[in-house]
Amino acid sequence: MFDLKGYGWMLWDGVQLTIAVAVCSMVLALLLGLIGSWGKLSASPAARLAAETYTTVIRGVPELILILIVYYGVPTLIQDVAATMGFDIFIDFNSFIAGFLTIGFIYGAFATEVFRGAYHAVPRGQIEAANAIGMSRMLMARRILLPQMLRFALPGLGNVWMVLIKATALISVIQLPELLRNADIAARAVRQPFTFFFAASLIYLAITVVSMVVQHRGEAWANRGVRRS
Amino acid sequence: MELIWNSLPRLFDGALLTIQITVVSVALGLLAAVPLALLRLSHNPFLRLPVYAYIFYFRGTPFIVQLFLIYYGSGQFRDTLESAGLWIFFREAYFCAVLALTLNTAAYTAEIFRGAIQGVPFGEIEAARACGMSRSLLYRRIILPKALRLALPAYSNEVVFLLQTTSIVSIIALLDLTGVARVIIARSFEPYKLFLTAAVFYLVMTYGVLYVFKKVEFWLSGHLRERPDDSVKAVVIR
Repeated sequence: MFDLKGYGWMLWDGVQLTIAVAVCSMVLALLLGLIGSWGKLSASPAARLAAETYTTVIRGVPELILILIVYYGVPTLIQDVAATMGFDIFIDFNSFIAGFLTIGFIYGAFATEVFRGAYHAVPRGQIEAANAIGMSRMLMARRILLPQMLRFALPGLGNVWMVLIKATALISVIQLPELLRNADIAARAVRQPFTFFFAASLIYLAITVVSMVVQHRGEAWANRGVRRS
Repeated sequence: MELIWNSLPRLFDGALLTIQITVVSVALGLLAAVPLALLRLSHNPFLRLPVYAYIFYFRGTPFIVQLFLIYYGSGQFRDTLESAGLWIFFREAYFCAVLALTLNTAAYTAEIFRGAIQGVPFGEIEAARACGMSRSLLYRRIILPKALRLALPAYSNEVVFLLQTTSIVSIIALLDLTGVARVIIARSFEPYKLFLTAAVFYLVMTYGVLYVFKKVEFWLSGHLRERPDDSVKAVVIR
């Protein structure tokens, strides 16, 4: 269908890096989401404020700006701070690390809201019952809360993953040779931008379709104990 | 600090372009989305499937790829576009940016409207039919106004996402808020100060949009709120 003029391997290399950076970001996002939702539901006002600020700021600032801040801004900020303290250092950020930290940080805020909603979906009576039979907080979280939260959170987390995988394309801006960046390089070399960007878009579409199938299976698995009318 | 102060006028100009691009794309996307949602719900597969494919493609691929496909990809068909007289549009970054944003947001908005139209309670449609409303009257008076209200919370999110997505058009050298910040940084080498200032601009715009939508939502739901209770006062006065 496509004549990629021998540059198909570049797209394949790019796909692998795209998936690697997306998986790393998702793991970070899940961790931050759990911490963030714990903060939002915490009794401590300071923890609530910190979690609230996190989700508010992330929601209001474009991903691209955050990527540029992390990749270009943070190293210079550290250098400037070090310079005022009399150190002359030079920091070069790896674009993979900068990319996955930023994307993970952004989608951690979205995962926070998903986990918070999932927590509220667990019936109160079950938590009271767990307290009544003397479960410790950790045991209650492990046996009652988390297994059910997983079920309620799965649709939301599936959405986070699908938006996240598309957001990784922005890391091409900081020259990480992922799918879009490699498609761009190949397109310039062969002077066929449409062919390569269209091929790249179809690969993203394929990743989305596979993710949808996996999400569907995962939800069916997580809901296996629920009776349907 | 002085650098930020001196850059503010230019950042404001950039913010104006960001707002302008957002408003134009939101308006065009909204115009396209309503018919698309209706076509998407059509029983005729020749109408439904192409619209479904379009929505699926634009929701399933990253915006930046769509933008590159239109802006750089159109160059591959330059001769054809030139002979059709369309090249004057496609060579302009502004046109390509608005086209890509409109196509993108129309797909997301159509899907939001589809869900909202399907969310209109069947009893209301049945009642309208029982009153003898024609199909177009049914849509105009019952389904679309109700669907608009149902869609509003999800739609306000889509507008916020679109506002933030516009920062990507700076990559094709448009001087929107992000673009202006990048130009100033290229000369001054002060990345975090300017990007953080731009981030504050975006924060203000985002929560401004959300505030406006909250007002609209309040205004559209007047009949659902409890009426202000003045019966008690009347008793006291008597």
